[in-house]
Amino acid sequence: MSEENRKKLVHELEKKAIKLRIMTLEMMRDSEASGHYGGSMSVMDILTTLYFGGIMRVSPVNPKWEERDRFILSKGHACAALCPVLAEKGFFSPDILPTFNKLDSPFGMHPDMNKILGCDMSTGSLGHGTPIAAGMAMAGKYLKKDYRVYVVLSDGEVAEGSTWEAIEIISHFKLDNLCATIDRNKYSLDGPTEGPGILGERGIEGTMTLEPIGKKLEIFGWHVIECDGHNFDQLLDAYEEAARVKGKPTMVIAHTVKGKEISFIEDKYEWHYGQFNSEQYRMALEELNNKLKQLEQKSV
Amino acid sequence: MAEVSSWTMADMADLAPRDVFGKALIELARKNERIVALSADLMLSTKLKDFAAELPGRFFETGLTEQATVGVCAGMATCGLIPFFATFAAFAVMRVCEQVRTDITYPKLNVKIVGTHAGLSMGPGGTTHHATEDIAIMRSMANMTVLVPSDSIQTVKVLQCAAEYEGPCYIRLIRGLESPIMIYESVKKCPFEIGKAATIKQGNDVTIIAAGSPVVQESFVAANELEKEGIHARVIDMASVKPIDREAVIKAAEETGAIITVEDHSIIGGLGGAVAEVVVEEKPVPMKLVGIPDVYSTLGPPAELWARYGLNSESLVRTIKEFVGKIK
Ligand SMILES: Cc1ncc(C[n+]2csc(CCOP(=O)(O)OP(=O)(O)O)c2C)c(N)n1
Repeated sequence: MSEENRKKLVHELEKKAIKLRIMTLEMMRDSEASGHYGGSMSVMDILTTLYFGGIMRVSPVNPKWEERDRFILSKGHACAALCPVLAEKGFFSPDILPTFNKLDSPFGMHPDMNKILGCDMSTGSLGHGTPIAAGMAMAGKYLKKDYRVYVVLSDGEVAEGSTWEAIEIISHFKLDNLCATIDRNKYSLDGPTEGPGILGERGIEGTMTLEPIGKKLEIFGWHVIECDGHNFDQLLDAYEEAARVKGKPTMVIAHTVKGKEISFIEDKYEWHYGQFNSEQYRMALEELNNKLKQLEQKSV
Repeated sequence: MAEVSSWTMADMADLAPRDVFGKALIELARKNERIVALSADLMLSTKLKDFAAELPGRFFETGLTEQATVGVCAGMATCGLIPFFATFAAFAVMRVCEQVRTDITYPKLNVKIVGTHAGLSMGPGGTTHHATEDIAIMRSMANMTVLVPSDSIQTVKVLQCAAEYEGPCYIRLIRGLESPIMIYESVKKCPFEIGKAATIKQGNDVTIIAAGSPVVQESFVAANELEKEGIHARVIDMASVKPIDREAVIKAAEETGAIITVEDHSIIGGLGGAVAEVVVEEKPVPMKLVGIPDVYSTLGPPAELWARYGLNSESLVRTIKEFVGKIK
């Protein structure tokens, strides 16, 4: 890709990611849903890159296309981010998004592969996505298909034993057709990762230590790429590099901000889960719409 | 030790069971320093945060490591501590199933597993967050005691009993935003005991046996509705699902001749199954099991889900009338 086209693509992705955040908020506002604002906003640029940055091959007209790249949102609680992405990609009409969380809706807090077109796996219980991704990647090798498997984890769920068991399996079987991403927003539900330590010596808020996560993964046999998870140039580079790596799986550690682009919830972990009132929706949407306008006026 | 909070048992009537859990555990822990609490990244949701703030040295945040956390509890218990581990019921039971069975109930260790947000109370969270198999699973483990309180006051009483009892307990709480109806007046007057049922309404035409919120409340409301139509239903709160109160079940079978069980749980293996196991052996009478059928629940607001599966008082009135009509 020429440098100029790359710049254009990055600009398109910047706009798209803001538009998708607006769709998430409007969906939640219109369905009067409570939900996971923080993690949905932090992961949006990652999803945007995968689905709109030319990284993943999927077919909205043929959602079960056998050659498609597979995607697992292991942090299933960010379903409020995934639904608008799949709608925007063309898997279904965005008109049905406001049924979110309502009785019998295909869209709830966690994705259901049997109800949401374009969703490859039901998730919501953390720590399940990475083993499942391993299985998809092993099936790909076995079936001699060249699809790739993408899985996105929250940083909190890296702690799960099942995640580490899968990390071993994936490296043992040299699954270079698998690329995992950690949405490294530094917070889990109970507060910051790298939390309180023994007997609450650093206060009570926070969960278990994750660092040095990059080194740990390298020792486990993974190719590790750290990048700014809100910088599309870096995200594109990371996924393009991952596709070139042979003989080992890749982990993209995407450094993100929980609640990204909604200033009053950024880095406020209590907004992991909650419900905006109408004034908060107004403020958030105003901020996002202003940002979108600015981006549209920017020439590349 | 942190200053004593200005909160009393009397305030509990206004609190949801889940709020009560955090507060009541603090009181219990102050009386018994062997009590410690563990959270797997859900202290905000389970309300263990209150405990953590009051008794920080006795609270352990182990992050998203449920299976290992159960092992940690087992280890602590072998050294004389009384660990209370709380997380969503779906994970407190199913994620850690074999750890609970092999590391806690098999060696009969004094660990208390608290499953919050049980049944369908996680509503839009969908099947991954609904826990409609937990009673069946926990009940099938030897040495396990299964307690399902229905209101805030009973929750306090259940926690007191569980803390005093030496052995594994599973305590099932719902999300705590649901039924405002209080069944019991005060902790002192709440008749709960492990292995004992409470008859919360007399009647001799049919017996409704329920456990947990909101089904005990809904059953109570339905029974009062049925009075108006001349059906006198007995209502039994079977908060001690295991050990179950066999006497109360046998008496109900003998005196009312028909039993209907109501639970926010699968009809396979839960309270209905526990009651039926007594009924078939001791005093066979017609039974009806109301609960989630053998499907994965759909998603939606909890109240709409309970209505969908016939667990609200309106549906119960209909179901009970039909049942009584058919057999009498
Ligand atoms: C096995 C399991 N335990 C607990 C939960 C409840 N839960 C939902 S999200 C969450 C925190 C997730 O990690 P985090 O790093 O906070 O995600 P993000 O910041 O990306 O939203 C927890 C504990 C769950 N979904 N699954």
